[in-house]
Amino acid sequence: MLLQGNEAVAEGALRAGCRFFAGYPITPATEISEVLSVRLPQVDGTFIQMEDEIASLGAVIGASLAGVKSMTATSGPGFSLMQENLGLAIIAEVPCVIVNVMRGGPSTGLPTFPAQSDVMQARWGTHGDHPIIVLSASTVRECFDMTIRAFNLSERFRTPVIVLIDEVVGHMREKMALDDEEEIEIFNRVKPTMPPEWYIPYEDTPSGVSPMANFGEGYRYHVTGLTHDVRGFPTSRPDEIGPFISRLHRKISSHFPEIQTAEYFQTEDAEITIVAYGCVARSAKRAVIEAREKGRKVGLLKLMTIWPFMRTAVEKVLQTSKVLIVPEMNMGQISREVKRVNRGITRVVALNKVDGTIITPMEILSRIQEVVS
Amino acid sequence: MGSRYEIRLGGSGGQGIILMGIILAEAVGVYDHKFVAQTQSYGPEARGGSSKSEVIVSDEEIDYPKAMKPDLLLVMNQKSCDDFFPDLDPEGLLIVDSTFVTQVPNPRAFQIPFTRIAREKFKREMVANIVALGALSQLTPIVSSKAVEAAVLARVPRGTEKLNRDALKAGMAAAMRAKKERLKVEIPPEIPKEDLLDSY
Repeated sequence: MLLQGNEAVAEGALRAGCRFFAGYPITPATEISEVLSVRLPQVDGTFIQMEDEIASLGAVIGASLAGVKSMTATSGPGFSLMQENLGLAIIAEVPCVIVNVMRGGPSTGLPTFPAQSDVMQARWGTHGDHPIIVLSASTVRECFDMTIRAFNLSERFRTPVIVLIDEVVGHMREKMALDDEEEIEIFNRVKPTMPPEWYIPYEDTPSGVSPMANFGEGYRYHVTGLTHDVRGFPTSRPDEIGPFISRLHRKISSHFPEIQTAEYFQTEDAEITIVAYGCVARSAKRAVIEAREKGRKVGLLKLMTIWPFMRTAVEKVLQTSKVLIVPEMNMGQISREVKRVNRGITRVVALNKVDGTIITPMEILSRIQEVVS
Repeated sequence: MGSRYEIRLGGSGGQGIILMGIILAEAVGVYDHKFVAQTQSYGPEARGGSSKSEVIVSDEEIDYPKAMKPDLLLVMNQKSCDDFFPDLDPEGLLIVDSTFVTQVPNPRAFQIPFTRIAREKFKREMVANIVALGALSQLTPIVSSKAVEAAVLARVPRGTEKLNRDALKAGMAAAMRAKKERLKVEIPPEIPKEDLLDSY
C-alpha cells in the first residue's frame, strides 16, 4: 500500500488508540485531519474541526481528561497558537499528542515548502521551566511508529508529546504494509485503584507519575494552570511549589533511556559523523553511502528523539570522530546543542539551509570535502 | 546506486502533475513490487504556479527521496521544460507535451501533444495527465503498462474508468507511433503541429 507520511501519522494514531481529534486545517498537515475525519467516526471516535488552533488544543486537553486518547495536528503558525495550552497540558499533566509538520517560517512563511525551524519552539515555545518530549520521523513507516510511540510516552508520563516532521516527510509517499496482526505495544495511562475519596490526584510516586482518573467516573479533582498542590488546588507554599516543579522534571529525566532513541549507521569506525534528523537524515544517509564508496570513513547518527536532547548518543560519536557535521534546515538549532555537549572535545561543523528546499546529499558531500581538505 | 531510477514530472498547478506522480508510484511500488518514494513540490496557489512531482524507483530501500539527476523528465509546460531540462541526465529521456512546449531543448525528445489529444479526442483536458502516463509507460521500461492501468483504475473516481482507460490507451498509441517515427529517422525533422495531430 502506498501511504503518505501524514496518512501514516493518522493510521498510527488510530492504532495507538486515539479516539479524539480536534484541529484546524493547515498545509502541510491537513491530510492528517482529512484521514481522521473519515476514519475516526468509523471506530466510534470523535473528529471536530475547531475555530482555531487555540481551541483545538483546548478541546484535546478536555477530551483527554475525560479518558480518551487525543491528538491534534498542525504546522508552524498553528503551533504558535497552541503554545499557551501546551503549557496547560504540561502543568496539569494531561497526556496528548501534537503533530507539527514543519514548513518555512516565521509567520505564515512558506506553506508548501519544508523547514526544520520549529525545533527550539517545540522545546521552549511555551513559557515556564518545563520538560518536553519531542520525536522525529524521516520515513513513512517511522511516521506510523513514532505516532504510536508518542501516544505511549504521553500516557506513560502524563505529558504532551510532540511529533515533529517536515513537509518532505509529511507529503512523501512510500510503500507500507498496514498489518492489523502485527504486534504493537500499546501503553494506557495508569488509573487509580483506591476508592474516590482516597484519591490524591497529584500525589508523588517513585516514578514521579501519579495515577490519572477519568473525569466522570466519580473521582473528583481540580485541574488548573496555576501551580498546584497534590490535590490540584492552587498553592503559594514554597515547600509545595518546589517539589511539584521538580517532580515534573524528574518524571522525564529519570526515564531518559526509555524515551530517547537514535539510529547509528556506519558510525563504528567513522572519522566524520553526520548528526541529522527528519528528511535531512535521508540525504545524509545517501551522502554516507557515496562517501564510503570513495573510501572515506563517514557515518550517520540519526536522532529520533529530539528532546530531551540525546546527550549519550552524541557523546558516543564524539569520542570516535574527528569531525561532526550537523546539517539542518534552520540556522543551527540542533548544532548548538551538539556543540554544548561537545565542550571542545572535537570539531563540530554546522550546515544550514533556509531556502525552502531540502539539503541535498551533494551539499553534505561538499561539506565533507571542505572539512577534509 | 546502480538500480536507482529517477523520474521528474513538471507542469503548472491544475494539470494533475502530482496525481500523475502518485499513480506512477503506485504502479511501480504496489503493482510492480519495487521500492518507491514519491515527493512533490508546489506553490501556495490552488491553480497556476509551478507543480513538480518526483518518483524514485529502486531495487533497494530509498534514502534520498528526491531526484538528483533525473533519468526521465516529463514536462507539460514550457517553464518546467526550461527549468528542469538542465538537471536531466545526459543519457536521460525527455518527454514533452508539445501542446505547450514549443521550444524543445533536445531534438531527441519525444514530443506528444497530450493536452490536444485529451481536448480533441475526449473533450476533456483533464485527462491530459492520464494520456501522458500512458505514453510514459511505453517509453520507459521502468514500469509495466499493466501496472499503470491497474493503478489508474484504482485511483480515478468511480464512473470515469472508461474515460481514463481510453485516455491511457490513446497515450500508449501515441507513444508507439512516436517510437516508430524515431526508428525511421534518427533525428526526426521538425513536424508541423497540424500534421502531427493528424496522425492521432
